[in-house]
Amino acid sequence: MLTKRIIPCLDIKNGRTVKGVNFLELRDAGDPVELAKLYAEQGADELVFLDITATNEKRKTLAELVSQVAEAINIPFTVGGGISTVEDVSVLLNAGADKVSINSAAVRNPQIIREMAEEFGSQCIVVAIDSRNVEGKNIVHTHGGSKPTTIETEDWVKQVVELGAGEILLTSMDHDGTKSGFADELLAKVSSLVNVPVIASGGAGNMDHFFNTFTNGKSDAALAASIFHFKEIGVPELKTYLKSKGLEIRI
Amino acid sequence: MKIAIIKYNAGNIKSVLLALKRLGIEGFLTDDPQEILAADKVIFPGQGEAKSAMRYLKERGLDEVIRSIKNPFLGICLGLQLLCKHSEEGDTECLGIFDSDVKKFPDQLKVPHMGWNTLSKSADPIFKEIQFPAYFYFVHSYYATVSEQTLSQTDYMLPFSTVLKKDNFYAIQPHPEKSAEEGEQFLNNFLFEI
Repeated sequence: MLTKRIIPCLDIKNGRTVKGVNFLELRDAGDPVELAKLYAEQGADELVFLDITATNEKRKTLAELVSQVAEAINIPFTVGGGISTVEDVSVLLNAGADKVSINSAAVRNPQIIREMAEEFGSQCIVVAIDSRNVEGKNIVHTHGGSKPTTIETEDWVKQVVELGAGEILLTSMDHDGTKSGFADELLAKVSSLVNVPVIASGGAGNMDHFFNTFTNGKSDAALAASIFHFKEIGVPELKTYLKSKGLEIRI
Repeated sequence: MKIAIIKYNAGNIKSVLLALKRLGIEGFLTDDPQEILAADKVIFPGQGEAKSAMRYLKERGLDEVIRSIKNPFLGICLGLQLLCKHSEEGDTECLGIFDSDVKKFPDQLKVPHMGWNTLSKSADPIFKEIQFPAYFYFVHSYYATVSEQTLSQTDYMLPFSTVLKKDNFYAIQPHPEKSAEEGEQFLNNFLFEI
């Protein structure tokens, strides 16, 4: 049986991990490569690197980092953050990334999804969507969730899949940082609208939240950052717990 | 040991080189028939589209080169599919090493079949020291049917061939280069046990 995936997310700035990372076993907790190796050894199913660097040097440092990560780890990883052109994707895939995720650039120019999917295949094009509830509607936001658009999340999901997105990374801005659980109602709705895998993001606070999103939320994978970085939940204990509850999990 | 990796118009080749490097082996990328035939082992990786890949191989005479290889050979992902008889992707005649056909997954579940899934047990040396049920990482929308050459299979909506073997030809549908320790063990076995 296909397993549910657990995906730690690393935020990167200028080639270093940001947000406090609390791993005593790492010599350098700011080194994304070391952290990535540790997560891979602990049984993470995939990793996501989200680059929040805002400088002109960004592209070069990110490609260098991707190349180091690709040498070091033996599980798939996705890279996102400011990717806007076919050339950006080409550089990162050639550096060894398995998938890229695009967000604001896709909203600005939806056709870029088609161009990227035709060039590299849908399987490596993840569309990340930041959704926030505005007056009862799920509205797509860009720029790290700060700028509202006029697009409803449910419509956008269908559109990006038609254009060639191979996977959806759905972050609920209402849940992100709350530790109150994933946006399972929205996730289940999105999963029923499209035939590609959906990654839940935003709101993980305890192990049952993961169980709930894999069952009620119909999510194929779940992503979290701080609860793993701060060791509130370890990847191995989470996976053991989910398996004990009857889910298909790779241990 | 000279490990040739066949260079063609398919992606995901760098990951294979890096995985070999982690096992202490420097593979080399080539589309030169002489170099491929002279290699101790040959790996045929790839992600991409069957029709354009077959066209590329034929244009360079690599289809005949591959058929004539006598040393251990490993196809990965699209590499497995191209070693089968025929693919529904682009209605493509493939290399015909294996008797399996390649078909598109029905769409009752999510496609591509993406993520970690289990392999059925096999005692072949390619699986030496691999614990079953072994989890490997898959990304594909087409699958090879089960045939007499199927060593191991996986279920996703239906059973399909995950590892095939005929004479010196092995092929695997998931990506061993991305399948953590089990994947590394599989590649290690291909390099040192086959």
